[in-house]
Amino acid sequence: MNSIDAADLNYAFLAQELWQYRELALVFATRDLKVRYRQAVIGIAWAVLQPLVMMSLFMVFTRWSGKTPSAHAETYAVSSYIGLLIWQLFSYTVRESTTSLVGHRDLVTKVYFPRLLLPLSTALCALVDFGFAFLVLVPLMWWTGIVPGMAVLLFPIWLLLALLTSIAVGIWLSALNALYRDIGYVVPFLLQIGLFVTPVLYETRSVVPAQWQGLWALNPLVGMIEGCRWSLMPAGSTDGPSVVIVVLSLCSLVALLVSGLWYFRRAEQWIADRI
Amino acid sequence: MSRVAIRVEHVSKRYQRGTASSYLRLSERLWSSISKPFQRSTQVAKKADDFWALNDLSFEVREGEVLGVIGRNGAGKSTLLKILSRITRPTQGRISWRGRVGSLLEVGTGFHPELTGRENIFLNGAVLGMTRREIAAKLDEIVAFAEIESFIDTPVKRYSSGMYVRLAFAVAAHLEPEIMLVDEVLAVGDYAFQRKCLGKMQDVATAGRTILFVSHNLTAVTSLCSRAILIERGQIVQDDDPKAVVARFLTDGINTNWERHWASDDAPGTERVRLRHIALRPQEIAPGMPIDVGTPLDLVIDYEKQIDEGATNVSVFVTNIQGVVLFNTVSPLREGPRGNYQGVVRIPGHLLNNGLHRVRVMVTHDLSPQADVDGALIFEVHEVQRTIAAQGVWQGAVRPQLDWSLERVVS
Repeated sequence: MNSIDAADLNYAFLAQELWQYRELALVFATRDLKVRYRQAVIGIAWAVLQPLVMMSLFMVFTRWSGKTPSAHAETYAVSSYIGLLIWQLFSYTVRESTTSLVGHRDLVTKVYFPRLLLPLSTALCALVDFGFAFLVLVPLMWWTGIVPGMAVLLFPIWLLLALLTSIAVGIWLSALNALYRDIGYVVPFLLQIGLFVTPVLYETRSVVPAQWQGLWALNPLVGMIEGCRWSLMPAGSTDGPSVVIVVLSLCSLVALLVSGLWYFRRAEQWIADRI
Repeated sequence: MSRVAIRVEHVSKRYQRGTASSYLRLSERLWSSISKPFQRSTQVAKKADDFWALNDLSFEVREGEVLGVIGRNGAGKSTLLKILSRITRPTQGRISWRGRVGSLLEVGTGFHPELTGRENIFLNGAVLGMTRREIAAKLDEIVAFAEIESFIDTPVKRYSSGMYVRLAFAVAAHLEPEIMLVDEVLAVGDYAFQRKCLGKMQDVATAGRTILFVSHNLTAVTSLCSRAILIERGQIVQDDDPKAVVARFLTDGINTNWERHWASDDAPGTERVRLRHIALRPQEIAPGMPIDVGTPLDLVIDYEKQIDEGATNVSVFVTNIQGVVLFNTVSPLREGPRGNYQGVVRIPGHLLNNGLHRVRVMVTHDLSPQADVDGALIFEVHEVQRTIAAQGVWQGAVRPQLDWSLERVVS
């Protein structure tokens, strides 16, 4: 027999339930994708166009100013495109997660399912967008003359870590937004700041002074984006993360994820009464 | 004896009045913790406003049982279902269950207007806990039950509300959980569809699954359920055979608003005429028994005429729960000296339909209204106990018994 009491925070049971309801996450994600692209004329191309346009703009500006925020000007296009891909994955997940509980008030107050599925399914959606945008990276690398080395095998791990970062921030904000209305106003602003403190348009070790890099790396995306670049681009064409950056980013990610899960679990208990 | 399917142990649920639905602002919370650092939180001060929707509730349901849950609005039935379906947590206590729980608290939750009927079946099924394969296997059955074959690939935003509800119930009804929680869904849809839904529930029950059925349809409760509990102010007051529990529920709170006295000068009226007493006297039934559709009712109105001049009369309006005035009936004008007068009007049996009714009483002097009390009495006319074949709402504001003849015509 399963049971639940007033102060239950059973994580094994949560994992079991998430597995049991795994199809619902897929259903939520496909629903969101369908709804999003059904009435949009250019459909999935939108996911590709956004980072491509951004990258082209950066290229133009760096050309005009004559300075590249990276020690490797010749591979800047690829490096910034990778940064944009991960940033898009992160910002989409965070933005959609934030409203995921509040936006599904009807469901949350009427039906039970593990509430964690709502923010998780937004990450799945973001991953689909990422997949399409990633397809463009291949010709882009070929055109720039970049051939990845063996490190490319580690790319899925970096991507997974970046996804976990997005999820960790996403579940924090989704629970907070369900309880505090003003979170919704803060998130766009936070994302704007995030674009600057994250090496999307620049490479960390080329731009951030050495004594600040440790602080910078507390933003887990710093380690993840540099890691993605390192695994996709051959040595010498990108800075790559230092060991310190990787370790700090990982620690920060674990802290975010664990605290996020804990807070979400707690909030889950009264979310249906307060939302 | 079969195994326990649901066990509820000392479950209580507290809500806070006032803040129940309102958002907090993080900025306000932060500000108050800065400006008043010694006040832990705003919620601590609000203990007095606590409201216990459920109060130390314990019961068990065995596998294959169909448990009816009845009680007045606000008794805690819906809160109980919300806790059992795990939408919300109990404040205290523990619930245990065996097997998959399917809840049908409100139909059509999780439908997305942009998606087609077919897509919504998969979405809704998944929300209710079905796997894709299970849904695919039942798709045809669901579509046939909902009677929407030709619209299955139309976005549901173009559906009529009836189609919408039928589709939603069809999905939920074909979900096959070990435990099914049902709340008042039968209040929707037309009569034929309601019958179909009840039939489907009976199938589920006979298949040996456990059902918890919350309803105001007492006829359905007595015919479907094997046991019933009556909840009042968050506590179980009776747990017994459905017939006994329904009878208790019906007789409970009888006379609550069947009689009113006014003694002082505050009584409705003017210095010419004042209302003193009104009462509803059901006829032909034992005292304490509920009024049903066949019960004749005497309405008694006592008023005091305080001057000798003029003529007085009484006017009565009966309104149903939808606010429709069913009729207005007026007594003859009566002249006479000051003193107490009594008007009695008989409302025959087989006139009112079942449901709540409100009485408005007006006393006039020389045809100008002196006392006018709307909602002077409120009473409920109950359904006559009938067989399961005729459940559902009897259409119409009134339900007169009319003379019929039906013969074969021989030419």
